Amino acid sequence: MSEPEAAPRQETAVTSDAIESPLLEVDGLRKEFGGVVAVDGATFSVAEGSLTGLIGPNGAGKSTTFNCITGIHEPTGGRVTFDGQDITGLAPYTLANRGLVRTFQIARELSEMTVLENVMLAPGGQVGESVLRSVTPGLRSEVIKAEAAVRDRAWETLEFFEIDHLAHENAGNLSGGQRKLLEMARVLMTDPEMILLDEPLAGVNPTLEEKLLERIHELRREQGLTFLLVEHDMDVIMNNCEHIIVMHQGSVLAEGDAETITSDERVLEAYLGGDV
Amino acid sequence: MSTVDTIRGRLDALPDVGLVVGFIGAIWAVMLVLAIAVGGANWANLAAGFVGSVTVLIGGYAILALALNLQWGYTGLFNIGIAGFMAVGAYTTAILTAPTDPAAGAVPGLGLPLWVGLIGGMVMAAIVGGLAALPALRLKADYLAIVTVAFSEIIRLIVNWDGLAEVSLFGVPVGTGGATGISFKSANDVASTLINGVGQPLVTAAEGVGVSGPNLANLTYGILLLLVVAASYWVLARITDSPFGRVLKAIREDETVTQSLGKDTRLFKIKTFMIGCALMGLAGVLFRGQAGYISPQQFRPTITFYVFAALIIGGSGSNTGSIVGAATFSGLLFYLPARLGENISLGGTRAPGNIVDAVAGFASLDPAPLLAYIISNVSTLRFVLIGVVLIYIIQNQPDGLLGHRNEPATSVSLDRPQSGSGGETDE
Amino acid sequence: MGIAEFARDGRVVVGERPGAAVVAAVGGFLLLDLVAKLAGTTVFFVGTKLLGGSLTVSSLLSMVVDGLLVGLAVGLAGIGLSMTYSILDFANFAHGDTVTVGAFLGWVAAYITAGLGTGAPIAELFMLNSGRQLSTVSTLAPVLLGLVVAGVGSIGIVLLIDRLTYRPMRDTDNISLLIASIGVALALRYLIAFVFGTETSGVASGGLRVTVFSMISVTDNEITLLVVSVLLMLGVHLLLQRTKLGKAMRAMADNEDLARVTGIPTERVIRLTWILGGGLAGIGGYLLVLESGTISFNFGWILLLLIFAAVIVGGIGSIYGAMAGGILIGLVDSLALIWLPSGLTRASAFLVLIVVLLLRPSGIFGGVSTA
Ligand SMILES: Nc1ncnc2c1ncn2[C@@H]1O[C@H](COP(=O)(O)OP(=O)(O)OP(=O)(O)O)[C@@H](O)[C@H]1O
Ligand SMILES: [Mg+2]
Repeated sequence: MSEPEAAPRQETAVTSDAIESPLLEVDGLRKEFGGVVAVDGATFSVAEGSLTGLIGPNGAGKSTTFNCITGIHEPTGGRVTFDGQDITGLAPYTLANRGLVRTFQIARELSEMTVLENVMLAPGGQVGESVLRSVTPGLRSEVIKAEAAVRDRAWETLEFFEIDHLAHENAGNLSGGQRKLLEMARVLMTDPEMILLDEPLAGVNPTLEEKLLERIHELRREQGLTFLLVEHDMDVIMNNCEHIIVMHQGSVLAEGDAETITSDERVLEAYLGGDV
Repeated sequence: MSTVDTIRGRLDALPDVGLVVGFIGAIWAVMLVLAIAVGGANWANLAAGFVGSVTVLIGGYAILALALNLQWGYTGLFNIGIAGFMAVGAYTTAILTAPTDPAAGAVPGLGLPLWVGLIGGMVMAAIVGGLAALPALRLKADYLAIVTVAFSEIIRLIVNWDGLAEVSLFGVPVGTGGATGISFKSANDVASTLINGVGQPLVTAAEGVGVSGPNLANLTYGILLLLVVAASYWVLARITDSPFGRVLKAIREDETVTQSLGKDTRLFKIKTFMIGCALMGLAGVLFRGQAGYISPQQFRPTITFYVFAALIIGGSGSNTGSIVGAATFSGLLFYLPARLGENISLGGTRAPGNIVDAVAGFASLDPAPLLAYIISNVSTLRFVLIGVVLIYIIQNQPDGLLGHRNEPATSVSLDRPQSGSGGETDE
Repeated sequence: MGIAEFARDGRVVVGERPGAAVVAAVGGFLLLDLVAKLAGTTVFFVGTKLLGGSLTVSSLLSMVVDGLLVGLAVGLAGIGLSMTYSILDFANFAHGDTVTVGAFLGWVAAYITAGLGTGAPIAELFMLNSGRQLSTVSTLAPVLLGLVVAGVGSIGIVLLIDRLTYRPMRDTDNISLLIASIGVALALRYLIAFVFGTETSGVASGGLRVTVFSMISVTDNEITLLVVSVLLMLGVHLLLQRTKLGKAMRAMADNEDLARVTGIPTERVIRLTWILGGGLAGIGGYLLVLESGTISFNFGWILLLLIFAAVIVGGIGSIYGAMAGGILIGLVDSLALIWLPSGLTRASAFLVLIVVLLLRPSGIFGGVSTA
């Protein structure tokens, strides 16, 4: 199998030196499905501690970009760097353990497990994930202690996301919006450094949406977390993201703050063209 | 409310131990009634025989169903090569423990003690399971099924092959015995030792009511096997009620998500597969090799499907259900029909030798020959029954008896912690 | 293509697809060994026999013929398995027992018609144990009648089974369907055992032996198998290429996604799938018994893994693949005797199955469409 040469960079793309200290860098990312080019040389970076927006019309390649970054898909070409290290093509679990996690556009709850189990699954490196520790009489007490801590944190998280009343419910019985919240709760439990959020607010009621955004800002401020947010609600993007990346037909069309983006004619065209 | 729901409601109200004991006790009671009904003066001996045999079956299928529940019920690994992994365990134990100076015509072994053989068998089954799993675990469930069943047949063909019947391994003569099979130190000896030692007073009492020595030994063996079931249950419950078990469930639900949450799912799957196969290997020798003798015939793929039937009846995903299912399957579907067929007589009508004669009688408005034919072939028809029950359950009650129960995978109580106290446990 | 290029390609294969490289190396070695054996030479390497031996051309040819014959019948039976696998999306573990049912129905019909008037008791005829051996030349009409009954009978049975078992489960996942098929398999097999017993009966043996090319000797029954399977395969080909329904089936079998998007399989297509697949399975079973001479209640079940091997090697969903895969697996099963002791030849067919599933789950013809 011969890989195609990395696609030429988009001239229009702002190069990564525009950003002071990038945590995530995507360089010439390309993904083909059979004949379809879903991502076509996307190049951008995300500054550490930022809340960066990723927008673009339907089919622009945003979710596929997420999938390539997080190891769900193997990219056809290009490079992804996280925290200064090349992470292209690494397995999802490796990335998650390094602090790079994501939520899914269509929520993927573990439906035959309870909400609480879903959330308790997430924390990394749990002692009880070792068979020997779970079984051996003396060692199990350690597991139990750790479990109690995980449980308490899980309850707190569920309370925050206001789905604690559903804790013992099978996740498959949740509504669309509740599943989105569950996804968020789950990734937060992994103690990540950076979270890629794929339309996390779809189906979430406005009050909770406000609260979620607040929480995102709080996590940035207090723990220095970095967020890359895909969202179709322009108000949310414009009001919350200090940096916005616009994708169109698989590559980056424009980049900048809200003002730059809103005044960019090409962006308007892309959206109009996409909608017609 | 349907009958099934009523039954379920009652089952849910019982604690797990009570449930299992109740089930097995009920099956014993049925056997006892049957023995009294047909045994006449010999009823006690017959009862001991029935109860002993059914207990051995329950024990064997329970271990197997528990192992399969870990692999399939929890992790979604559709392994239909159970017979093959049983063979690996059984043959390893046999080769390790067969006497170095066997009877004329039999294959020699290494003459090691039984416990070494049992551990060796489990380890070997785990290793072979792991090796099989390495490439196969990334396959879709139905492909994994085909690969594992083909693999188990290859194993059976290899142990059946006369080229390995007796070979020299670093100068030591060992072998599988080929199609003839192999005799070895049986776990049955443990039962006999018990009976002849501490159990002597019991033996005398039993013999007083007419129970024969072999039947008593068989019953003792069955009860020992139940102890192994209890131990397996204990281990598996600790494995599944833990963060490890949580990851297994998550893999079953959605492997990609599980990976995205930082779990190296491949590793979990391989470990699970190995643990399950080790247990299958153990069952291979304790169950199939009860008499201290095994042959390739005992490891045909059909036994795999019986284990599936047992687990599906009990409820895939539930450890307690595995045992209850094994008891229901082996007691009511597998064992009871055969005994009924043997012991029901139709007032003098002899069963015709073939179905044509049976139906011919029916044509002249005499249903007796056909009935007699059916009764004398009940042990064949019970497999039809097993097939039909399997279809019925998968169509109408896919959760089996207990699979609907939500058994959360955790080692602590999941109740909301009261403010201030966060560390209470259920142990 | 130059040697350098060839060598580079080879390195690329070894590097990127080690599994394929190993398979190629093993295949090459076996071929070399076969040539050496035919030439009657033995190659030694540091004192141990590396390859070679001896093998006569005529014994090789007779193995090829055996393999081909079994392969044709397996291929016929495989068509149905392949089609249900792709159109209904599940591995049908009852397919082997459909083969058995068809064979029994056909043989009972043939046996009874052949035995009418001979004074043999009807029970003996029905139970297939009057001891009479049928052959195409001596009892042509009963053998042909049996063939038809095998096909029609198994069609009736599979339609009934679909109605009772699979139809209520159209929306369920493929593993539940697979498990249901295991139930069907058990029920069918032991119903046959209930009716016909578990003994093996000898029912056919060649009535005429002809030698072709002065090297290959075949019986009239074997020729019947050959002719009937080739004709049926041609028939299937015409059906798929020429009729509208056939084309729809092919499209669906080839492309599950298409099938899902367009909302088919319709019940009509599903019914045709069962009719075609069930009928061919029954006839395949009938022909296998004609060739091997014996029948027993579980021969189809034992054959099932071989049929799976054929279908998977040929690529699930590909009807031509199933035929080709059947022949290939038949040949593997028979030719393995050149290298393996007789107890292990069947294992080689299973090994091929496993290797193909692991390395090339789309089949060795690589998802080439059946068009
Ligand atoms: N697994 C796949 N196989 C084939 N094509 C795919 C696959 N995933 C995505 N695509 C195609 O790639 C393109 C980009 O899709 P993607 O989901 O990345 O867009 P998106 O920007 O996330 O759109 P939306 O806003 O609707 O979520 C689309 O044309 C889509 O059809
Ligand atoms: Mg998307």
